[in-house]
Amino acid sequence: MTLSAVKQSTSNHAANGSSSRLSRFSVPLVAGVICLPLLVVIAAFFIGIVSPEQREVLQHLWQTVIGEYVRHSLILLVGVGVLVLVIGVATAWLTTACRFPGVSWLRWALLLPFAMPAYITAYTYAGMLGFEGSLQTWLRVTFDLSYGDYWFPEVRSIGGAVAMLSLVFFPYVYLITRAAFIEQSSAAMEAGRTLGLGPWASFWRIALPMARPAIATGVTLALMETLADYGTVHYFGVTTFTTGIFRTWYGMGDPIGALQLASILMTFVVVLMVIERSSRAKSRFHSAGRSATRTTPHQLKGGKAWLAFAVCFLPVLFGFLLPALQLAWWSIDRYDIWLQPSFWNLVSNTVILASIAAVVTVLLALWLCYGKRRMPVPLVRSSVGLATLGYAIPGVVIAVGVMVPLAWLDNRLIGLSQWALGYNPGLIFSGTIFALIFAYAVRFLSVSIQTVDSGLTQIRPSMDESARILGLKPKEILARIHFPLLRTSVLTATILVFVDVLKELPATLVLRPFNFNTLAVRAHEMASDERLADAGPPALMIVLAGLIPVILLSRAMGRRKADEQAAHAVEPKPEEIYEPVKA
Amino acid sequence: MSLLKLDTIEVALGGNTIVNQVSLSLEAGEIGCLLGPSGCGKTTLLRAIAGFEQVADGGIWLADEQVSGGQVRHVEPEHRGIGMVFQDFALFPHLSVADNIGFGLRKASQGEKKARVAELLEHVGLEGYGPRYPHQLSGGQQQRVALARALAPRPRLLLLDEPFSSLDAELRESLATQVRDVLKAENITGLLVTHDQQEAFAMADKAGMMYRGQLLQWDTPYGLYHRPAHHLVADFIGHGVLLRGHINQQGCVETPLGCLHGEHFGNAGVGEVVDVLIRPDDIVIDPAGEREAKIIARGFRGSHFLYTAQLPGGAEVLCMAPSHSEYQVGSQIRLRMNLDHLVLFHAGYCTTA
Repeated sequence: MTLSAVKQSTSNHAANGSSSRLSRFSVPLVAGVICLPLLVVIAAFFIGIVSPEQREVLQHLWQTVIGEYVRHSLILLVGVGVLVLVIGVATAWLTTACRFPGVSWLRWALLLPFAMPAYITAYTYAGMLGFEGSLQTWLRVTFDLSYGDYWFPEVRSIGGAVAMLSLVFFPYVYLITRAAFIEQSSAAMEAGRTLGLGPWASFWRIALPMARPAIATGVTLALMETLADYGTVHYFGVTTFTTGIFRTWYGMGDPIGALQLASILMTFVVVLMVIERSSRAKSRFHSAGRSATRTTPHQLKGGKAWLAFAVCFLPVLFGFLLPALQLAWWSIDRYDIWLQPSFWNLVSNTVILASIAAVVTVLLALWLCYGKRRMPVPLVRSSVGLATLGYAIPGVVIAVGVMVPLAWLDNRLIGLSQWALGYNPGLIFSGTIFALIFAYAVRFLSVSIQTVDSGLTQIRPSMDESARILGLKPKEILARIHFPLLRTSVLTATILVFVDVLKELPATLVLRPFNFNTLAVRAHEMASDERLADAGPPALMIVLAGLIPVILLSRAMGRRKADEQAAHAVEPKPEEIYEPVKA
Repeated sequence: MSLLKLDTIEVALGGNTIVNQVSLSLEAGEIGCLLGPSGCGKTTLLRAIAGFEQVADGGIWLADEQVSGGQVRHVEPEHRGIGMVFQDFALFPHLSVADNIGFGLRKASQGEKKARVAELLEHVGLEGYGPRYPHQLSGGQQQRVALARALAPRPRLLLLDEPFSSLDAELRESLATQVRDVLKAENITGLLVTHDQQEAFAMADKAGMMYRGQLLQWDTPYGLYHRPAHHLVADFIGHGVLLRGHINQQGCVETPLGCLHGEHFGNAGVGEVVDVLIRPDDIVIDPAGEREAKIIARGFRGSHFLYTAQLPGGAEVLCMAPSHSEYQVGSQIRLRMNLDHLVLFHAGYCTTA
């Protein structure tokens, strides 16, 4: 039976229930609401072209700031792109193909920089390398120098921003490229060896070209994060689109100008998204071979082993260990902050906000994924696809896109309420955490949809049918098959969104209700006021929470290894033979 | 009374007719088998019997009780008393082997459940595997757990959808006989879908071949092989060639192999041009044989060689010889016919295939 017939048959079967008719309408509706901020930005782009008044705003922006934003953005993209490529590919290859002291813990330690939000890394380096920082102070004391006597690289510069962002985002390349290297059939490498290539030549001519789509995916993800970054560039005084949107929005009170800037930023993002999607599609072909055997890692000795260790250890040292030590030092130095009830008030505020956002987002993801499973028609499937675009959209763009329609709605509501009831209800949507939750859902829905969906595809349609034919009613199947099997992925999705919300800065800054603070906002405010040590405790909390997804990731990496070993021991498992039908 | 009866059923998916006018029946305790190339509708037919697809026309009866079509319309799968083994086994990964097998025994007491699970584990040769989890088993073991789970509630009918397709060739054959023995021991009627004719021959009492939604023939495996009712059946099952010939006034079929006598199958009459099915086992290599031929290819099959021999007119036939009497390619041989019946098709069919 052909695959399309299988799909048709499941849909045919599913079409019997009224719940599937519900998903036919509700899934596109939810996806539409999730896409609303994006639509607003796109609309602004076209209005900017059409309306003469808007064209003037746009022209003014072009003449004044946009050139600089574009130049800075390009420098950041090229710099970060090259650095994450080199660090990510080198570490991925060394930890996959070579054996040297420390490689087994470096494999997961290389994920640690993921726990660091870029802006927090930036604060710590400003603290360490700035004029007042420990390194320069030590230099001055040791060599008896004073200001101006010596040259020291300025960390608060665009080069500094490139370094910070690269240190934090290279794990994207590392993780995805490493997975590609592992999936590569060792037969291809061995074929290269029999055709006369040495180990180095087979890396350059076989392994690397085969991993190219994966590398491209990793780099584009890192670049999307680079474009989305606000905290680092703002702190280092580098003007880019994200800081520009902020300035236009708050400094000049010009929402339309902010929207215009957002729409220009989005064109950069769209280019990256197109690259990312097409390279993902390519990597599906490149990993066509299913290999049972792996080449045994190459044992490195002596100087080579130390070099490999250094290449893998330095990113961990600079990307995680040093910043974490600095944070720990500040947190000890300002231990009194931990004793203030206002700090714990802030913590509970943040935890409540992140929990609500995580639960709402995961519920939405469940709704969409089940809708797709029950009703895998093109409309529903593409709606779910649209709802996952948010990961690529910078938080500040989402924030502006959320704020404009919600403020409009609130104003209509106030008008209506005053006319009908003579009462001003205030800003019901735009002035409350509703706006924040909405923005988080837009940005992080793709994380939870991916996680929930991969859990749901593990439950193959044949399992439902199997339970059915053994006498279970559809509701009982949910309770006895789906609930136990989905529990882990739902929990994982909730944790991932929770931590992402904790780390999120720009959208929170724009959308938070008056006097409402989160840990990230507090760290940002303290750092902006040059009270770096005071930023320590909230930043440390964020990093500690950020370690949870890193642990989950490294456990998933370990599990894959265990599965490989099991596959050697026994025959292949059915789920390895049948690619789950990706809806 | 047949246990399973399909009467001219039709199944349509997304506007396409996938199963077209299929009728067949199975007696209680019989094992049936549906053969056919992929995409021929055999799995859809199975799913219609299970109740996962609705029939557009015709009806399905289980032990004289209609479950699809007619007045009943559609009995839900869970109320049909059917068991099914899925192609991917569909074991529940969060349940142990014993819990998987006991999953359908919901009305039984704990004691009964335990006894039945133990009995089935023994039946399928997995004693002591009850506490393990599906991922700890090999493919063949998972397959047997899936079988035991489907058998546990003592279904009237067991459906098997390509149950061995993901297993090694050696494992396949031993499992096929094992499954047959278990079904016979439990006296359960079975219907198997496969594209592997060896599997069908090993298991089935009745077999049929489907092609583009139609059941071309429903017969014993012996009948499918020796009396194919359709040239596609002849082509799909076993080796063989179709030789062009015509029926002369004596009812003898004149072919490049000479005038062939024998009981006719097929509805061709005197004077018609026909294609005759010649299987390798219809021809014997014999130095005293009346026909000359030249060997143009050979394949070693272990116990025997399968030769392709060219007749003087250019037509090719297949023949077999034990592997200890070996002929080189290019050597001349003589052939003797060993036909007891003739399978005839109207000429020209095969060009449309």
